Amino acid sequence: MSRSNLLAFGILVLVLGLWEATCRIFAIPIFILPPPLIIAQTAVLKAPLILPHALTTGMEIVCGIGLALAVAIPLAMGMFAWPWLEKALSPFLVVSQAIPVFALAPLLVVWLGYGMAGKILMAAIIIFFPVTVSLLEGFKSCDREFRVLFRLMGAGFWQTMRLLYWPWALPHFFAGLRVGVTVATIGAVIGEWVGAQKGLGYLMIQANARLKVDLVFAAILWLSLMGLLLWFGVGWLEKKSIHWKENQQIL
Amino acid sequence: MLSVSGLTKTFDQQPVFSGFTLTVTRNRFAVLIGPSGCGKSTFFDVLTGVTPADEGLISWQGSDVDHLGDLAAYMHQKDLLLPWFSLLENSLLPARTGGEDLKQARQRAIQLFSRLGLDGYEKHLPHQVSGGMRQRCALVRTLMFNRDLVLLDEPLSALDAITRKSLQSLLLLLQSEFNRTLLMITHDVDEALLLADDLYLLSVKPMRVVEKIELYDDKPRRFDNPELLAIKKTIMQKLEGDIDHVS
Repeated sequence: MSRSNLLAFGILVLVLGLWEATCRIFAIPIFILPPPLIIAQTAVLKAPLILPHALTTGMEIVCGIGLALAVAIPLAMGMFAWPWLEKALSPFLVVSQAIPVFALAPLLVVWLGYGMAGKILMAAIIIFFPVTVSLLEGFKSCDREFRVLFRLMGAGFWQTMRLLYWPWALPHFFAGLRVGVTVATIGAVIGEWVGAQKGLGYLMIQANARLKVDLVFAAILWLSLMGLLLWFGVGWLEKKSIHWKENQQIL
Repeated sequence: MLSVSGLTKTFDQQPVFSGFTLTVTRNRFAVLIGPSGCGKSTFFDVLTGVTPADEGLISWQGSDVDHLGDLAAYMHQKDLLLPWFSLLENSLLPARTGGEDLKQARQRAIQLFSRLGLDGYEKHLPHQVSGGMRQRCALVRTLMFNRDLVLLDEPLSALDAITRKSLQSLLLLLQSEFNRTLLMITHDVDEALLLADDLYLLSVKPMRVVEKIELYDDKPRRFDNPELLAIKKTIMQKLEGDIDHVS
């Protein structure tokens, strides 16, 4: 194990150990703050209860990512192809981020009901912005000399997009997507808090009301694991897509 | 023959060049040499059509053109190889964008790979080979343009001295074996002297040709030739004089 891994593991053990010890020494009731071992136990033993909710939330996030990409990729390409479009749209993009998305959550319940649609939309709205912006920045960061070369080769815009701009922007795209997926869980859960019939957020609200705090923490644990899974999933995809960076020596 | 006459370009009311005139005879190696910042790059931008000229005419083989964007091949000091494509795929880019038959193009590229000493490296990615080999690959790509005119934008200035030496002789091949007409800009006097048939000394802004020097024919040239050393001395004096004049 490397030094950094050892330190990370050490910190984790220390924090959990302190938590566990505090709960036991001060005899804190489980419905106030359950110790980590109890939480872990609940997370495992209550898996049959948690799993369907986790699947719902996971589905919402994945669909949200899909929806966000379906809008972000064409939009970023369009804004890159036609600078007037970027000029016209960028104020709206910024405003869309100035509106606190969480404030929209109750409205989305009114408009789209208690089902998954509203939560998917919430997640999508959150992911969409960093992906669009970083992809556009990626396109723009392409070196001038490469553009001149493609111009002289007589390549049209979409051909240049396919051969040059898109692969060029991929690292930027994935950086944006990473940011997006980690906050997407927040979007979906808040959507479920406000009004839902299923999902980890719904489960947490229900458990909290019944003072089953260990179940609340277990749901949070599951949610965190899903976030981690998404993070590593995107990382894996990035490595696969940007194969030419593999083994490239960094000086 | 490439001919440029009365070319004028102004940036922020400062003329980069005005009434710039130049003729490059077919199958000659013309080198423009001048201090950095004299407007060489802007001149190339106008030639390639990246930015339009304010005034002036460009003609190639007797017919007027707006720019040489679809008539010239281009080689830059950076090799401009795409890191996600193998060397062979990189060299095939002009064929791909030009809609050529890829099978034939591939065969031609493979032949060029072996002619330029790159055989066995077709499948390598650019970061897996040395800077000199990357620039060789860029040279193959330049040839794959199938265009008579080649614009060279300080193509070797990023390489080390030894690699540069071998690539200089490859550049001469463009002329002797592949019958290209070459127009190179550089600020490297030695390189200009080794490669050029016609050497054009440029002044700083507004850029104009101060002097055209026709060099003797036998290439490859060597610096132990007193004639070449004498020419170098004159050129250095002229370039330095020009810079002194400005400051």
